[in-house]
Amino acid sequence: MEALDIARWQFGIVTVYHFLMVPLTIGLGALVAILQTTWHRTGREEYLRATKFWGKLFLINFIMGVATGIVQEFQFGMAWSEYSRFVGDVFGAPLAMESLLAFFVESTFLGLWIFGWKRLPAKIHLACLWIAVCGSILSAYFILVANSWMQHPVGVRMVNGHPQMVDAWAVFTNNTALVAFFHTITGALAVAGGFLLGIAWYHLWRRRRDGIDTVDARGHVIVGESATIPGRDKRDHAVWIKSLRIGAVVAMIAFAGSAVSGDLSGKLMFEQQPMKMAAAEAACHDGTSFSVLSVGDLSSRDCSKVVAVMEIPGLLSFLAHNDFTTDIKGVNTLVPEYQAKYGKYLPDDPLYGTRAGQEINYVPVMPVTYWGFRMMIGFGGLAALAAAVALWITRKGTVPQAKWLMRLALFGILAPFGANAAGWIFTEMGRQPFVVAPNPSMSGVDQVFMFTAAAVSPGVSAGEMVFSLASLATVYAVLLVVEVVLLVKYIRGGTVSAMPELAHPGGPGGKDDGGTHPGGEGGGDVLAFAY
Amino acid sequence: MDFLPTLWFILIAVLWTGYLFLEGFDLGVGMLMKTFARDEKERRLLLNTVGPVWDGNEVWLITAGGATFAAFPFWYASLFSSLYIPLVFVLLALIFRAVAFEYRGKVHSDIWRRTWDWAIAVGSFVAAFGIGAMLALTTTGLPLNANGDRVGGPFAWFTWYAVLGGLALVGFCLLQAGAFLALKTDGAVRHRARRLVGRWLVPALLPMAAWAIAVALQNGKAFSWALIAAAVLAAAAAWLANRKDREGLSFLSLGAFLVLGSTAIFSATFPVVLPSTLNSAWNLTVTNASSSAYTLGLMTIVAAVGVPLVLAYQAWTYWIFRKRISITHLPDPHDFAPAVGPASATGKGVAAAGGA
Repeated sequence: MEALDIARWQFGIVTVYHFLMVPLTIGLGALVAILQTTWHRTGREEYLRATKFWGKLFLINFIMGVATGIVQEFQFGMAWSEYSRFVGDVFGAPLAMESLLAFFVESTFLGLWIFGWKRLPAKIHLACLWIAVCGSILSAYFILVANSWMQHPVGVRMVNGHPQMVDAWAVFTNNTALVAFFHTITGALAVAGGFLLGIAWYHLWRRRRDGIDTVDARGHVIVGESATIPGRDKRDHAVWIKSLRIGAVVAMIAFAGSAVSGDLSGKLMFEQQPMKMAAAEAACHDGTSFSVLSVGDLSSRDCSKVVAVMEIPGLLSFLAHNDFTTDIKGVNTLVPEYQAKYGKYLPDDPLYGTRAGQEINYVPVMPVTYWGFRMMIGFGGLAALAAAVALWITRKGTVPQAKWLMRLALFGILAPFGANAAGWIFTEMGRQPFVVAPNPSMSGVDQVFMFTAAAVSPGVSAGEMVFSLASLATVYAVLLVVEVVLLVKYIRGGTVSAMPELAHPGGPGGKDDGGTHPGGEGGGDVLAFAY
Repeated sequence: MDFLPTLWFILIAVLWTGYLFLEGFDLGVGMLMKTFARDEKERRLLLNTVGPVWDGNEVWLITAGGATFAAFPFWYASLFSSLYIPLVFVLLALIFRAVAFEYRGKVHSDIWRRTWDWAIAVGSFVAAFGIGAMLALTTTGLPLNANGDRVGGPFAWFTWYAVLGGLALVGFCLLQAGAFLALKTDGAVRHRARRLVGRWLVPALLPMAAWAIAVALQNGKAFSWALIAAAVLAAAAAWLANRKDREGLSFLSLGAFLVLGSTAIFSATFPVVLPSTLNSAWNLTVTNASSSAYTLGLMTIVAAVGVPLVLAYQAWTYWIFRKRISITHLPDPHDFAPAVGPASATGKGVAAAGGA
């Protein structure tokens, strides 16, 4: 493999990995902030316990996002120096703003929240978490402004072969970015909703299995207490049933939001990157039909071997234009158009290495775009449906004893993660062969584009890339195992894992010292939290 | 015409100096985990002195990187791609270090803790050494061609300046960590930290002084020499303050040494941001590496709002956590078992009985 291919694999792997942590950070952070706010408002202890428990899991995950995030920023310069030189004038600004205006806020105020229990006045302590959550959300906005400029370059003019920013307003209100931001936040909330739902289900199931909770003749829960298991009191049941319901409701709302934003995003993409959407549909010929199933050799790229098995007439046209009759251009129509606009062959430039002068393949890898698009929608919809079913099943206050249902609820946590990953893989792979995609319609700035083949660092050898890919992938794999092991340990521990005082009532840090009341303000010398 | 690029050169220098000033001591505290701390309680004490602030400090690095990308894309691209292998090590070190801070106390086993202690110590050392090497090389030069790409293979960046820069940062971080621990802790650790500063001040600061002198010799500006002299005075003040048990003053004097030293280095190389050792015509300078005036103007507004804000709330954080801590303040670590009933309680009959 050449340096370019390795660099692409590396970018894909570290980015998809990083984006396992990011949506959980954004979504769970917001939910923990809501739980803590509810605790302040109502003073009910189950919300404090929920805040501490979910907050602990949030932090275990958060640090992995932080640690892998630095790679994201450095790798543009390290592996993609030509890209950095080309886009730096417009792409660097949102990246720098992300650090200066979002990451600082996020990390500083989260540090205050972690170490500030009992040390800060309760309201300020809560405000710190909200500010940190806003920092996370703001960081998503800035990085999506950067990414969306690669999908829909706006606000620039070409000077000496480089795009120069001339209209910051256009860059920062890029319609692609605003919609992607909405889509990403709702996607993140879907992840957090599923996370709460699955884990809360497990604990409710555990309580039933351990004989703590039972149901009466009409199926309503009879909440019990365990004398032997620390923390398994009646409030513990409230922690989990409320977490479950909050999670399920958030998951459903989030899916509705991501459906709306996804539809808007799709309409923009039909206009801005028609080839990506044609490839998402494996739509070779012009038409109006949405493909439910296409078989054959999608990877042949020449469309001759793709067979559409089942189609819904008019739906594709609706997705793109809100009517049922407008023909959508297929791959066979688009390729000659792209060739006419952006050339049939790569320029004879040393930047392209051995690829210089080769014919350009404008069709993305169709099995990836076709199935990525469907997995994104499928996983997202499944998770929302499951959340609705879960709400109905638990309407009488607890979960059934069936083990397979509990397993399904836990396994279901993965579905929104899968939807997020599939969506990103689809949209980034669908942009190929461009790293900065030209927009054939009038909405973008014409003739601003860059082929991925020209973006890689010319001075970095394939050997160096192999070294970094192998070492990063190994370390990431090990750390993923460590993170999951820790999450499982803390999940199985229940609320006691985050509140040791529940296991030793009355001891230091116990119920009597004010920490369990929202108005409590310790401020003593003893650290309320320590590594 | 060159006003904005010059301003941004200064701002980048400020960001790097801010990074070294703040993360300097927490990298140093990380390195001291394996050498200075004598037992588990002391190791936890060390961790908790930087616990609330290390992550915020690290963002200075991300901001310095991001700001370089935004303001000087050609500098960012050439420097980061040329130092590919060392930066991979820096990234791995920062990853391990960050995760170790958070995960170390989460499982109660000696092997677990010892493993993460190594991750913190080695991670801090490698990160400090690598970043020091990178900064030294951007002031002394890399073998760049006309396009700004490194020639000569994956290790062509290696010069003794890289080693010098690495040692300079490691030395400074260790010393600053000593001064910080003397300021932030009480008891035996405080006294040992003070002794460390007194004993190691000269050898620890020597590499950074040598780097500044080397850069000043190459570029020869009276201004830089004056700053170097002032930095030496600041180091002497730190030593005296430490001797008189004025820990705050000693910490700040070491900070002044860093600020003066890095100003001396950056001002000596200006307007070159990254020299090419092959041909000085291929040097990257504030003008040929910078973004357009429009982008720099936009970023100036953002920085004018953002930087004072960051300084304000980070200063507030340090104020909140200003109290000295000692090993007696640390709550005991706690362990917990899975919240599950005994294996015998999993039958169907028990489930009914438990609800009674």
